[in-house]
Amino acid sequence: MSTTLPRRIDRSLPREEQLRLLVDGARLIRRRNLALIAEAGLGHVGGDLSAADIVATLFLSVLRIDPTNPTLPERDRFVMSKGHCSGVLYTTLASCGFFDAALLDTYMKPLSPLNGHPDRKRVPGVEANTGPLGHGLPIAVGMAIAATLDGSPRRIFCLTGDGELQEGSNWEALMVGGHRSLDRLTVIVDRNGLQQGAPTEETSRLEPLADKARAFGWAVTEVDGHDHAALLDLFEQLPVEPGRPSFVIAHTHKGNPVSFMRDRVEWHHKVPSADQVAAALEELV
Amino acid sequence: MTTILPAPALYDCRDAFVATIDSLATDDERVVVVCNDSVGSSKLGGFQEKFPHRLINVGIAEQVMIGVAAGLANGGKRPFVSGASCFLTARGLEQIKVDLAYSNANVTVCAMSPGVAYGELGPTHHSLEDISWLRAIDNLVLTVPADPLETEQALRAAAEHDGPVFVRVSRMGVPSVYPADYRFEIGRAARLRDGTDVTLIANGTMVSRALDAAVLLAVDGVAARVVSMPTVKPLDVAEIVAAAEETGAIVTVEEHSVHGGLGSAVAEAVVAHRPVPMRILGFSGFAPTGSASFLLDHFGLNPAGIHAAATHLLERKRG
Repeated sequence: MSTTLPRRIDRSLPREEQLRLLVDGARLIRRRNLALIAEAGLGHVGGDLSAADIVATLFLSVLRIDPTNPTLPERDRFVMSKGHCSGVLYTTLASCGFFDAALLDTYMKPLSPLNGHPDRKRVPGVEANTGPLGHGLPIAVGMAIAATLDGSPRRIFCLTGDGELQEGSNWEALMVGGHRSLDRLTVIVDRNGLQQGAPTEETSRLEPLADKARAFGWAVTEVDGHDHAALLDLFEQLPVEPGRPSFVIAHTHKGNPVSFMRDRVEWHHKVPSADQVAAALEELV
Repeated sequence: MTTILPAPALYDCRDAFVATIDSLATDDERVVVVCNDSVGSSKLGGFQEKFPHRLINVGIAEQVMIGVAAGLANGGKRPFVSGASCFLTARGLEQIKVDLAYSNANVTVCAMSPGVAYGELGPTHHSLEDISWLRAIDNLVLTVPADPLETEQALRAAAEHDGPVFVRVSRMGVPSVYPADYRFEIGRAARLRDGTDVTLIANGTMVSRALDAAVLLAVDGVAARVVSMPTVKPLDVAEIVAAAEETGAIVTVEEHSVHGGLGSAVAEAVVAHRPVPMRILGFSGFAPTGSASFLLDHFGLNPAGIHAAATHLLERKRG
């Protein structure tokens, strides 16, 4: 199945035009992402749709990357710590031209490089192998230390789930990041409030999350994770505070914006039927 | 006339570790060290003074220690992770698997004070499972050097290797076992003594003890071959098959559990290629209280114990 994919956005365009392209780009990524999951019969649609606007904004507009030269030393780094949301990552990487979009049709098929969780050895643009939760942020901290040692302006972004923050390794990493004042590092929490089977606050509560991150030495800000203009403004003004790593709580909705998926915990990894995909695509025109 | 030989000098391989890391860091600015509050126990005080920015102490936190090393490697660095083997392998196991091995990160994991080096501190601080756990992980070179020369060369080989390498660094005094012209190579065993009756295969702190056992066996008229197997993975299968074919009996000796370590690796090769009688010497069960040297004796991991095991095995071989 193939549908149109967006391209990276020319940052010299007027801002309104950039925003229009970004909004539409995220919509196209969602459409292709849904098709991907329908075709594979597998995936994590709720988390993909929750993260889509953040991932699209970073890759289409913000990251200083060259998809034709994916290992350029001075590239910005993006770590998808919520590796189960590989669907939105692969769709976005294909949009940027890291690999042929036809490869998306092989998602999770036998011998495909597009495993259920990303593999940097096989997929250009993937910086870290994630899947077990709580791995991305420690790696991103190491990337930021490397950039600091090099005196490099390259920036490190790490997208984590919110339920994922229950893993203790994240708090080890938050301590190190705060202690070392890694202001090239930005962690974005996809704060949709739902983990696999229940709300985070009913499972092992995260709140007061902002206070916790602040107490660990991070500069905290909150944003609507589906508001492209707000995301773009925020990412352009990093760090949130000089001398501190940035902790962005992006308020999102699992399954957004599909009416019958939004904020519904069962869509963590439920696979939509053909009719449901058609209905969802109707809402993404 | 009895000749009394002077006791051989004993070396703490951590000294070779810090000297080698210093040399590598001097020559290559990509070299960095990541540790977990282990500056003292890894003897890294001098390195920290000389290269303050290149010693990244993440605190007592092994998961982030391995993750940070993977991130540094992504950023073009050549990280050497250093920490007590018992903690870094157990607490960081999933990170070693995913962030290093599965990701093919150029990180060297230096496992300090492995085996029963921490003696009296007890089983919480013993690292007798590390090789077994790690051996099941793909794309991870496992090395257990026997003396300072081999420690240095294993670290230099790791620095050149494309992919992660695990190096055990012993603190228990060991004599020098290799000639000065010895050259370590990943995946290559070293035949230190030839013989035709039985082969003793050892690594790490057990190599010198296997050599001493061979001397005791010679007194009985038994010609024991001694093979040092510094790389548990990839294994030198050809040397093992040669030992099976040419000596017909194999004793393995390791400062590690008898489950899943060097002995198991050798046994897998032996049953697949040339089944012969074997004995696997090592630790079984949580060790009781005692110093490292007491525990090695207690579990028969000394020349007399190896001699006894080989003698028993030869009886089986003869039927």
